[in-house]
Amino acid sequence: MGVEGIGASVVRKEDRRFITGKGRYVDDIKLQGMTHAHFVRSPHAHAKVKGIDSSAALKMPGVVAVLTGQQIVDDKVGNLICGWAIHSKDGTPMKMGAWPAMAPETVRFVGQAVAVVIAETKNQAKDAAEAVVVDYEELPAASDIRAAIAPGAPQLHPEAPGNVVYDWEIGDKNATNEAFSKAANVVTLELTNNRLVPNAMEPRAAIGDYNDAEEHFTLYTTSQNPHVARLVLSAFYNIAPEHKLRVIAPDVGGGFGSKIFIYPEEMVALWASKKVNRPVKWTGDRTEAFLTDAHGRDHLTKAELAFDKDNKILGLRVSTHANFGAYMSLFSSSVPTYLYATLLSGQYNIPAIYAEVMGVYTNTSPVDAYRGAGRPEASFVIERLMETSARQLKVDPAELRRKNFVTVFPHQTPVIMAYDIGDFNASLDAALKTIDYAGFPARQAKAKSEGKLRGIGFSCYIEACGIAPSKAVGSLGAGVGLWESAEVRVNPVGTIEILTGSHSHGQGHETTFSQLIAERLGVPISQVQIIHGDTDKVQFGMGTYGSRSLAVGGSAIIKAMEKVEAKAKKIAAHALEASEDDIVIENGEFKVTGTDKSIALPMVALAAYTAHNLPDGMEPGLKESAFYDPSNFTFPAGTYICELEVDPGTGKTSFVNFVAADDFGRLINPMIVEGQVHGGLTQGIGQALLEGAVYDSTGQLVTASFMDYAMPRADDVPSYKLQHTTTLCPGNPLGVKGCGEAGAIGASAAVINAITNAIGNNKLEMPATPDRVWHAIHGQA
Amino acid sequence: MYETHYHRASSVEDAAALFAKGSDAKFLAGGQTLLPVMKQRLAAPTDVVDLAKIPAMIGVEVSGDTVTIKAATTHYDVATNTALQKTLPALAHLAGMIGDPAVRYRGTIGGSLANNDPAADYPAAVLALNATVKTNKRSISAEDFFKGLFTTALEDGEIITAVSFPVPAKAGYAKFRHPASRFALTGVFVAKSKSGDVRVAATGASQNGVMRVPSIEQALKANWSASALDGIKVSADGLMSDIHGAADYRANLIKVMAQRAVTEAG
Amino acid sequence: MSTIKLTVNGRAVSADVEDRTLLVHLLRDHLNLTGTHVGCDTSQCGACVVHVDGRAVKSCTMLVGEANGANVTTIEGISKGEELHPMQAAFRDNHGLQCGYCTPGMIMSAIDIVNRHGGNLDEDTVRHELEGNICRCTGYHNIVKSVLDAAGRMKVSAAAE
Repeated sequence: MGVEGIGASVVRKEDRRFITGKGRYVDDIKLQGMTHAHFVRSPHAHAKVKGIDSSAALKMPGVVAVLTGQQIVDDKVGNLICGWAIHSKDGTPMKMGAWPAMAPETVRFVGQAVAVVIAETKNQAKDAAEAVVVDYEELPAASDIRAAIAPGAPQLHPEAPGNVVYDWEIGDKNATNEAFSKAANVVTLELTNNRLVPNAMEPRAAIGDYNDAEEHFTLYTTSQNPHVARLVLSAFYNIAPEHKLRVIAPDVGGGFGSKIFIYPEEMVALWASKKVNRPVKWTGDRTEAFLTDAHGRDHLTKAELAFDKDNKILGLRVSTHANFGAYMSLFSSSVPTYLYATLLSGQYNIPAIYAEVMGVYTNTSPVDAYRGAGRPEASFVIERLMETSARQLKVDPAELRRKNFVTVFPHQTPVIMAYDIGDFNASLDAALKTIDYAGFPARQAKAKSEGKLRGIGFSCYIEACGIAPSKAVGSLGAGVGLWESAEVRVNPVGTIEILTGSHSHGQGHETTFSQLIAERLGVPISQVQIIHGDTDKVQFGMGTYGSRSLAVGGSAIIKAMEKVEAKAKKIAAHALEASEDDIVIENGEFKVTGTDKSIALPMVALAAYTAHNLPDGMEPGLKESAFYDPSNFTFPAGTYICELEVDPGTGKTSFVNFVAADDFGRLINPMIVEGQVHGGLTQGIGQALLEGAVYDSTGQLVTASFMDYAMPRADDVPSYKLQHTTTLCPGNPLGVKGCGEAGAIGASAAVINAITNAIGNNKLEMPATPDRVWHAIHGQA
Repeated sequence: MYETHYHRASSVEDAAALFAKGSDAKFLAGGQTLLPVMKQRLAAPTDVVDLAKIPAMIGVEVSGDTVTIKAATTHYDVATNTALQKTLPALAHLAGMIGDPAVRYRGTIGGSLANNDPAADYPAAVLALNATVKTNKRSISAEDFFKGLFTTALEDGEIITAVSFPVPAKAGYAKFRHPASRFALTGVFVAKSKSGDVRVAATGASQNGVMRVPSIEQALKANWSASALDGIKVSADGLMSDIHGAADYRANLIKVMAQRAVTEAG
Repeated sequence: MSTIKLTVNGRAVSADVEDRTLLVHLLRDHLNLTGTHVGCDTSQCGACVVHVDGRAVKSCTMLVGEANGANVTTIEGISKGEELHPMQAAFRDNHGLQCGYCTPGMIMSAIDIVNRHGGNLDEDTVRHELEGNICRCTGYHNIVKSVLDAAGRMKVSAAAE
C-alpha cells in the first residue's frame, strides 16, 4: 500500500544521522565524572597468575583504582556461562570450564584480562597498566585442535579431560553405514573451515554507570541484544538485579554475531563503576578486538558422500572437530551442533545422514557465532562435496545438484530440520541464466589463449534462520526462548512509535519496520518512529542475530498492530456509527466500506486518549504489545555462481562475475535486502580468499591487526549480480525468510569450487591466498 | 602512545639543533610509519622533531639527467609531478602505489628511506636507479645506504634532505601487494641506465631488506625483454617466509614482477 | 602540553592538550566532533579520515602539533545547513552505508577521490582509490555506486557555482 509500503526500496530513515556524523555510538558518550578503564592482559597463552603488584601503578598520575580478578571473585560476580546445554553421545553434559571475568589464577589465552586500571583519562589508564606487575608462571599451550587432542597435550580445564567439551552426534549411524555399504560411488573430502575474526568496524565498548543513591546501574554497550545482556548480567553474573539495571545499546557499528555475547569487559565496567562510584568507560582498540572478540568457524572435517549408480545420493557421513578456544562463550555449544549439523542435508534428498562433532578447548580466544554461525560450515561441507562429486563422477555440477534437489515440501531431513517451502530449481535456473552458463566453455577457452586460468563454481546453499521456535530450541538445550516482542503506540496526535526487541546495527530496521506500518495504515514512514536498544523503553526482546529480526521481530510488530487496528476499528465504527466489520483502513483513514464516511487516524487516536466518547467498556488509549514465537525456522535458499580468473604467474584470483539468486520469501525493502546480500557475499569471499586467524605453536595470534589479517577491500571484490526468486514462507504472517546471513553462508564454497575448477587441482584450503593457489597450480606443498 | 614533546622545525639546521636537545629524539616527516609504531608503544621518543614543513626540504627538481626529490616531499606530490611523470615515470608510478591515498598525502620519501621497512617501495627504486641519498652531513650512495632490516647508514641525528636519481634509459616497477597490509609482498624495480648498465632491485622479499637480483640483471643486460627471464629461477635462499608468502613463492614473484616491470618499462 | 590552534569546519578553535594527542582525539574528545571514528590502530581502516588543508588524511596518524594552524574539515562540516553535500546525498540514495561507522571516513575519502579525478572515474578506479577505507557491512557494491553517482552530482553542482 502506498509508495513506502512493502516492496518499496525507500531510502533509509536512519541514514541522515550517519552521513552527517551525528550517529551516537557508545564511545561518543561522555558522562559527568567519567573514568576510563584499561585492562592488563596476559601476554601468555597459558600461565598461572602467581601474583599481581599494583603498588607502582596506584601511584601514577590520575589512577583511581586497580582491580584484579581475585576481587571480582571475592565480590561473588558469577563466571561467564554458555547458555545452550549439549550432551555427548554417552549422555554426559558438556564440560564447561570456569571463566571468571578477570583471571585470578590461570590465564588460558593471549589477551585474557587479569586486572583493570581505572584512571581519569584513557592515556593515564594505559600508562599505569604498564606499571602493574604480574608474576606469571608459563605453562605449555595447545594452540590448535590437533595440538589439543594429541596424546600428552596440555590440559586447559580440570573439568574437561582431554580438552574435550563434548563428543556429540546426530542422525542414524547404522542406516548411514548401510547406505555407504550399498554405494556405487563414495566421494571423500577433508576440509578446514578457517578461523575468522568478525571485525565489526566499531570496536566493542562499554560504560558502566552506578548511581549509589538509587542503587541503580546503567550499562551502555555495543550489543546486538541488550535485554539478553541485562538478563545474563543479573541472573548469572549477580552484578545487579534486573529491575536495577538498565542496558542501552545505542548506535552500534556492526555486529555479525560478535556483539551477541556478554563479555568480561562489560561486566567489569559495570562492576567497577560501583567500586569507584563513578562512571567507567572502556573502549577497545583493534588489537583488543582481535584478541578478545569471539572468533568464528575453525573446524576440521572429514566428509563422505555415497551415491548409487544413477548418481542419486544415498548417504552422508561427517566427522568434525570444532575449536572452542579457551572457554565456552555464550552460544558456542550450539554453533557446531544444532546450527551446523542440522543443515548438512543442504538442498538435497539425502536418505541417511550421520554426523559427529567433537568440541575442543585450545589456548586461543573463545569461538562463537559469526555471521551464519554453523551454517556456512555446513554449506561449505556439502557444496564442496557436491562439486567434488561432479568432478569425480564426470557429470555437470549443476545437473548433479538438480538430480538430487528436494522438490516436494514440506521436507523432513534426517537431521531435525523440516524445510517448509522452496524452489531450488528456480534459483539454480535464474543463476545459470544470469551468468550465461552455456557460454562458459567458450569464455574459458578465450581466457586460456590469453594465459589466464578461468573457472566457474557453484554453491546451492540452504540455511535455517528466523531463529527460533522456543519450544523446539528448548528441547535441544537452549537456555532461553527465542521469541520476540513488540509494542505499538499510536500517540494522541496519530504518530506511531514501534518499540521492538530487535536491535539494528546496520540492518535498517528503522526503515523496514516503518514500512510494515506504512503498508498497513497507509501513513508515510516519517510518521513512524522505531525505538530499540534500551531496556527501560522496550518491554523485552531477544535481539538481532540468526537473520531473525524481520521474520520474528517483524511478525511481533504485525501481531501488535493487529490488536491496535482491531481497537481502532471499534473506535472508528463507534464514531462513524457503523459496524466495525465494515471499517477498512486506507491511506491513514478508517473508512466505512461502500460509503464516503471516514475518520482519519489522528482523530481515532485522539478519541482513544480523550476518552470522551468510546464504546462502552473500552479502556482509553491506543497502545498494544505482543510476543511472537515462530512455529518453525525459516529456510532461505539460493544458488551462487562464481566465475573467476587465476593468474598462473602469481596465483592471484580476479572475479569475472558473481551471481547470487536468492529466495528470501517476500521482500519488504529490496534495496536493503540487496545491501545485506552484498555484505554477506563479501564476508564469504573474505573467508574464501583473504581472511584467516592464525596462532603460532605457542598460542600467539600472528594475525592480530589489519597489517596481517586481510580484510576484504573494495578492490578485492566485484560488483554483484543479484536475482530473487520467491516462495513465500508459510510460517509467519509476512511470508519472509531473512537475508542477513545468506551471502556469508553460500559464497565461500562457490569461490573455492571456481578456483579449483580453474586450476584443475581440488586440494585447496581457505583462505585461498595467491601463495596457496600458486602452490596448488605448480604442485608444490 | 607515551607522552612526548613535539617540535616543528623551521629549517634543517633548526631540526638538527632540536634533535640534539632531546635526550631520545626522533625525526618525524609524514609520520605514516613512526606514528603507528609510537601508538603501539613500540617507540618512545622523548621528542619528535617535525621536518614536514621545512621549505628547503620540499619539492621535485628535474635538471638534465638528474631528478632530485627533496626528502619531505609527499608521495602524492611525487606521484603527480608532471615533470617527473615525463622524465622518470616509473618513479612517479611507484610513488602512486605506496600505501593508500590518505597515506600518500602525508608519507614522504625521506621518511620511507630512513625507516627502511623491508617491504617499502622506495628502497627498490633507490637501489635499482643507483640513486644518491643526500643528508645534512654528506652524500651516501644507494649501495652504502641500506644496511638490512630497518637499518641504514644514517647516524644519530643525521637528516636525509634529498635523494637524487640519475635519469635512466628505461625503468619500470611492478608490485604484488601484501593481501593485508598492502605493502609490497614483493616489488621489483628494473632500470637500464643510459650507459646500458642494468640494475634490478626487489623489495618485500629478502630477510635483509631491499636486495639486488644479479641473475635477472645479467639476463636483462643480455636481452632487455620479459621473455629473457622465462628460464630464470631465482633462489629462495634468504627470502622471507610467512603466512602470506613462502620463500619459494616470493622467489617466483621476484621473477614475475621483474617481467612485468620490464614490460611496463617498454 | 601545548596550545593548539586550528580552524575546524570554519571555526577557529584552540585547546591545551598533551603533545601525544592525535588529531582524531582532539576532534572527538576535546571538540566533541564525534562523527570522526577510530576503527583500527594501524592506520588502515580509514574511519578517521578528515580533510586537512584540503587533503583527505587519517586523523589517527597525525599529531595535533602537525595540524597546528591547519584548516580541518570533518564530516560535520560538509553540508550547507540542511542541504547535504552531494556525496552525503549519494551515499543515502544508493544505500552506501549500513551500520554507519566507516561512513564518515568513507565520505571524506570519496570527496577527495572525486576532487582529484573530476569526472574521470570508473568502477575500477573507485575501487582502487578506496584502498585505505575498510567497510565490513556493505561489501562496497553500493559504496562504489554512491561515489560514481556523486561524481556526476559534484560536477553538476560545481558547474552551477
